[in-house]
Amino acid sequence: MTDSTEPTGSTPTQSPRNFIQSLELDTRLLGMIGAFIVIAIGFSIATGGTFLTPRNIFNVTIQTVSVAIMATGMVFVIVTRNIDLSVGALLAISSAVIAMVQARWLPGYFGLEYGSVWIAPLAILSGLLVSTLIGAFNGWLIGYQMIPAFIVTLGGFLVWRYAGWYLTDGQTIAPLDSTFILLGGAEGTLGEFWSWVVGGLASIFAVWSVYNARKNRVSHGFPTKPMWAEYTIGGIFVVAIMGFVATLNAYDIPKGKLRRMFEARGEVMPDGFTQGHGLPISVLILIAVAVVMTVVARKTRLGRYIFATGGNPDAAELSGINTRLLTVKVFAIMGFLCGLSAIVAQARLQAHTTDIGTLDELRVIAAAVIGGTALAGGAGTIYGAILGALIMQSLTSGMGMVGVDSPLQNIVVGGVLVFAVWVDIVYRRKTGDV
Amino acid sequence: MTTPLLEMKNISIRFGGIKAVDNVSISLMPGEVVGLLGHNGAGKSTLIKILAGAYKADEGEIFVDGKKVEINNPRDARAQNIETIYQTLALADNLDAASNLFLGRELTTPFGLVDDAKMEAESRKIMARLNPNFNRFSEPVRSLSGGQRQSVAIARAVYFNARILIMDEPTAALGVHETAMVADLIKELKSQGLGIFLISHDTREMMELCDRVSVMKNGQMIGNERVEDVTEDDILSMIIMGKNPKRDAA
Repeated sequence: MTDSTEPTGSTPTQSPRNFIQSLELDTRLLGMIGAFIVIAIGFSIATGGTFLTPRNIFNVTIQTVSVAIMATGMVFVIVTRNIDLSVGALLAISSAVIAMVQARWLPGYFGLEYGSVWIAPLAILSGLLVSTLIGAFNGWLIGYQMIPAFIVTLGGFLVWRYAGWYLTDGQTIAPLDSTFILLGGAEGTLGEFWSWVVGGLASIFAVWSVYNARKNRVSHGFPTKPMWAEYTIGGIFVVAIMGFVATLNAYDIPKGKLRRMFEARGEVMPDGFTQGHGLPISVLILIAVAVVMTVVARKTRLGRYIFATGGNPDAAELSGINTRLLTVKVFAIMGFLCGLSAIVAQARLQAHTTDIGTLDELRVIAAAVIGGTALAGGAGTIYGAILGALIMQSLTSGMGMVGVDSPLQNIVVGGVLVFAVWVDIVYRRKTGDV
Repeated sequence: MTTPLLEMKNISIRFGGIKAVDNVSISLMPGEVVGLLGHNGAGKSTLIKILAGAYKADEGEIFVDGKKVEINNPRDARAQNIETIYQTLALADNLDAASNLFLGRELTTPFGLVDDAKMEAESRKIMARLNPNFNRFSEPVRSLSGGQRQSVAIARAVYFNARILIMDEPTAALGVHETAMVADLIKELKSQGLGIFLISHDTREMMELCDRVSVMKNGQMIGNERVEDVTEDDILSMIIMGKNPKRDAA
């Protein structure tokens, strides 16, 4: 009945373990990365190397962002044993609001001139507000009124897209504010220098995180990984971050566009001047979302309650967790992220169209599920969902490049979804995870 | 006579047309172990769920230290230092032991983030006391054995300075050795002045651990006797027949 059995200071000796186990990496993550590498190399061979050019990597990246942002929110929704079929419709209505605010209402009713610095922020805020409120409303119907999430969001799937249709009278709205379209991808990038700076800071942060996690465990006398494993993990992070930045920097901005950029500043482009795109602002938004959502999932009470509720709703309630309010919060977060995706998607297309985000609900759910989120609830990761979105987009883009026509593309993507979930089920059965 | 630690007076609750608990009163003194007995569906679990805040009584009052308290949800019960070990254990199977132990009451860093390292350290301390063999702190509790899961549920109730402890079938999933450990724990907590409600089907165990036994049938309180005043047969006849032989004799 004393504390003497507690390991203090010395770490317990561990049985010899193999390379992968020592790194303590998630085997599911390794599987997904493996699948992604196979897809990338396969398409690279099939396209004679075009698939893995900096240009295509850049394009696939910016095409992934919108679905990936929403997929991180879908993880929380599915982890709490719910589903959201209305994310594409929420994206559409907030896109409609954003477009109307910047192109019609602010200039029309409030007399702001086109090009005013206020247009983009106000449009963005109204879009985020609308989608967050609709998300919270969905959550209220589900949590407090006990209507199944499937029904609420199936209804929302029809309601919100066409509510957006009435806002714009079914019109395509363009052109958009010039500041706003910087958020879409190719139009707004950091350039080479600042991309290196961001990459460097991210690398330092990654190494610091690894160091800090170890220091924390040592200070409590908990078992730790071998030192070489920590170095390997840190090294992988740095190489991956810097490699990504180098690739995006290697994709040069076209000459004509560069010349216009110089002319816009009243300068003349020097001969032989080149400049890489670097990190797109939309990718920075996705990275910020990924970091914040991961911190929420792992390090906040909200995240802890989301996973506890998914694992055992009764236990969560008996522990004093307000699971109804939690549902509202989860769907409000989902709504907010739909608004964010609307900004990125609309800015990338440089127009609001009534069919923006069509079928995104299925892509988002597929990304989360391919990324290891269990529909039974209680399990899922943010990085998995983003990787899932990237795998889906790579498949679609790659097939497009190879010349697979669009009906067959859909057949393949559908098949891959079912196959991925089957592999996951077999894996869980083998390892005993649920 | 000292003030009871807890009194529940004239508690009733209906589910649809059925009175699951019908005008039941019960009390608990500091350092006392009261056993709740009865068939499945007799209303024992419903009664203690009202105390734990999982259900809200339709009628009746609850007093802690002689003061009337409102218990509308599990948070209210915890605020009164009423802790419960549920028969189902109420663990989130996908989370590790420390996350379950602190569920709803996470320790946080100055930045408001959950402090997993500190919670694991605290969990290791309490588990070293309750179940020294327990060392699986980083695995989800679904991969633990029945006894280990039970230790997590017990640790959760004991860690937060409970004054009133509700144990619903705490030994149902346990082996002989672990059952003896739970019995020792109950005696230790009793000596610290906690009031304990114990629910079990094992009449012999109840006779050994409890100071008083209360028997319920069909939502009603049949009898409330000191253990030394009744025999095991008396208790069994109360459970089965719904009659108190002592009272009938008197």
